[in-house]
Amino acid sequence: MQMTGAEIFVECLKREGVEVIFGYPGGAVLPIYDAIFQQSHFKHILVRHEQAALHAANGYARVSGKCGVSLVTSGPGATNAVTGLADSNADSIPNVCFTGQVPLAMIGTDAFQEADIVGITRSATKHNFLVKKVEDLALTIRQAFHIATTGRPGSVVVDIPKDIGFATCDFVWPEEVNMRSYQPKTSGHAGQIKKAVRAMLQAKRPMLYSGGGIMNARGSAALLKTLAHQLNAPVTNTLMGLGGIPFDDKHFVGMLGMHGTYEANMAVSHCDLLVSIGARFDDRVTGRLDAFAPDAKVIHIDVDPTSISKNVRADLPIVGDVGIVLQQILDELSHQGGVPDMEALKIWWQQIDEWREKDCLHVEQSDEGAIKPQTVIRKVHDITGGNAIVTTDVGQHQMWAAQHYGLKEPHKFLTSGGLGTMGYGLPAAVGAAMAAPDEPIVVFTGDASIQMCIQELATAYQYRQKIVVVLLNNAYMGMVRQWQEMFHESRFSHSYFDSLPDFAKLAEAYGGVGLRADTLDELDKALKTAFAAQESFVFIDIAVAKEENVFPMVPAGAALNEMVLA
Amino acid sequence: MRHTITILVENEFGVLTRIAGLFSARGYNIETLNVAPTLDETVSRLTLVTYGDDKIIEQIKKQLNKLIPVIKTEDISHMVHLERGMLMLKMIDAGERRQALQDAGAHIIDHDEGNYFIAEFTGAPEAIDAILEQTDAEYIIEMTRTGPVGMRRGSKGFVV
Repeated sequence: MQMTGAEIFVECLKREGVEVIFGYPGGAVLPIYDAIFQQSHFKHILVRHEQAALHAANGYARVSGKCGVSLVTSGPGATNAVTGLADSNADSIPNVCFTGQVPLAMIGTDAFQEADIVGITRSATKHNFLVKKVEDLALTIRQAFHIATTGRPGSVVVDIPKDIGFATCDFVWPEEVNMRSYQPKTSGHAGQIKKAVRAMLQAKRPMLYSGGGIMNARGSAALLKTLAHQLNAPVTNTLMGLGGIPFDDKHFVGMLGMHGTYEANMAVSHCDLLVSIGARFDDRVTGRLDAFAPDAKVIHIDVDPTSISKNVRADLPIVGDVGIVLQQILDELSHQGGVPDMEALKIWWQQIDEWREKDCLHVEQSDEGAIKPQTVIRKVHDITGGNAIVTTDVGQHQMWAAQHYGLKEPHKFLTSGGLGTMGYGLPAAVGAAMAAPDEPIVVFTGDASIQMCIQELATAYQYRQKIVVVLLNNAYMGMVRQWQEMFHESRFSHSYFDSLPDFAKLAEAYGGVGLRADTLDELDKALKTAFAAQESFVFIDIAVAKEENVFPMVPAGAALNEMVLA
Repeated sequence: MRHTITILVENEFGVLTRIAGLFSARGYNIETLNVAPTLDETVSRLTLVTYGDDKIIEQIKKQLNKLIPVIKTEDISHMVHLERGMLMLKMIDAGERRQALQDAGAHIIDHDEGNYFIAEFTGAPEAIDAILEQTDAEYIIEMTRTGPVGMRRGSKGFVV
C-alpha cells in the first residue's frame, strides 16, 4: 500500500503500541504533525520546551514500562533535546526521539534550522539514525524501538528529513527485527549461576546491592525480595534502585553511597560477599575505589558487559537480564537445597543492628523553629502512605527525598541519577501523569532546579494533571552551597539568588493552585489542600531552614566508612 | 601494551566516526586505524592499533562490541598473527639511495633520473621503522605510511 513517510510514521508508532508521545512542532516536522492531526491512535502531549519532551517521555517510560517517545523539530528543537537524550541514556531509560531534519538536498548547506543532530547526539544516545530513503523509514523505526528497549535500554534518535515525510513508497511492516550486530544477552551463564549460589550460601557477611536494573527488568523486584529473604541478607539500593525493596522491609538498610545510610555504607565496607544486581558502581556509590568493599568477593549481574569490571573488578561476572538471572539464581538455590550460614548471619545482623542504632537519618524538628526540609519529605510520605509517584530535581532536596520518603514499590521514584539534570522533575511528572493519571504524583524540587523547566506548569495545566509540586525553598542552590561551605571555606560563589519569583503567584498565573508555607501549621494545611481533590496542579512554596546540610555524607574521594554523620 | 584489534562492522555511513568518537570520548588512544570494505559489500573490516593496560584494553573491546554496527572484534595480539603496512617514500635521486632501498626490499614505482624517485615498501611495522631509520632524512622529500592491517595465522578465518 502506497503511503507517505508521515503516514508510515503514524502507522509504525501505532504498530509499536505507542499510546502517548511528547513533542513540539516546527518547520521540519510539519508533514508528520499533519499526519498526527489526522489520526487517533496515540495522544500527543504538547510540552513547552523540547528538553521537557524528553524528560516527560522518560517519566512516562519509567512508570508505564513502555518506551518513551518524543518528536521535535530540526536545529534548535533537536539541540534542546540533547540534555534529555543524555539523561535517559545515562539512566538506561528506553526513549526514542524523532527529530526533524532539513530536506535531504539541503543537508550540509548550513540551511535554516539545520544541525548535524546525528553527529551531535552520537555520544548522548545508545544509537542514532538518519533516514535517507522513505523506503528505510519503517525498518529504521522498528530498529530504533528494538535498540531502545532491549539489552541495556537507552535513548535512540531517528532523524527524519522533511521531504521524507512527503515522499511515498509501498509500506512494508518488518514483522521481525534481527540485527546480526546487535544480539543482547538475556540469560546468565549456567556455570556462573551455580558458582554464584555456592558463594551466596557460603558467605558469612553477604550484602545485596541493587540498582536501576531492577526497574528495567519489570517484575524483578519481587525476586530480589525473595532472594534477600531466602539468604537472610541485607539489601541496599542505589538512588536509581530505590523502591526495589520496600522501605520497611527489615532486610533493607537504606541507600548506599555519598548520602547513603551509615548502616548501608558500613555493611558494604565490611561484607565478605557483595552481589551487585543491575547497578554499575558509580563514583557516587563507591567513594574511594581502593577502599570500597575491601574484604568482599564481588558478584556482578548486569545486562551491559561494559559495566562489569569497569570501576570495581568483578570476581564473578554474570551478563544477563537481571530478572532472568535472579530467577535462575532462585531456581538454582532450590535445586541445590542448601541453607545459608545461620550462625554467621546472626552475628552479621547483630553488627548491622548496632550500626542502625546510630539512627543516622534522625532530624531534630522544633515546633517553633524553621521547617526542616527532611520534615517536609516525611510529612508527604505520611499523607501519601508512601504510595505516591515521586519525581525529583537534582540537589539537596533530591537526596532528602531519597533518604526520607520511603518507597513501598518500584517504578515510583523518578530521578535523574546518572546525568544529574536539574529541571528533570516537573516534566518527568508530566510524563508520569500520562502513564498513571489516577495516582498521586509529587515533585520534590528546589528553588534553583524548578526554574530550569518551570514552563512545564503550562503543560500540566493544559492537561489538567493533578501534580503536587513541593518546593523546598532555601533561596540557595543548596547542594552547591553545602559543598562551598564544606570544601571552599564558605565562599558562596554565585550559589544564591538575589531575586526569586513569588512562586505561589507564578503557579496561579499558570492556572494552578499556589500555596505558601512558612510554619509547620501552614505546611500541614497546605499539604491537606494539595492532596485533596483538585482540578489541576498544586504548587507549595515552603520556606525551609536555609542552611541545612545533607547528612550523612561521604566527602568526594573519601572511603565509604569515612562518613561524616552531621 | 600495544594491541592490534580487528573489527568487522556494518558497512554504513558514520560507523568510522562512531569508533573514532568512542576513543576520544573515553580517552583511549588510537595509534593507527585502517578501514576498507570486504568481499561482502555489507561489511567493512578495520584494523586498529591501540595502547593500554589490560583493564583498558578489556574496556576498549567491550565498548567496541557495544557499538550497534560492530559485528565482532578480535584482539589478534594474543594470537600468532601477521601485520603488514605500507610505506611510500619520495626522495631526491642521488648517490646509491635508490639501490639501497631496492636491496632492502622496496620497489621503485616512479623515477626521474637524477631528480627524484618514489619507493614503495610493504612489511611489518618494525620493518618499516627500520627502513626509515636507515634512510637519510635529508634526502626525503615526502613520506607517507599506513597503519598495519593484520590477520591471525592458521586456517581459521575471521569472518561474519
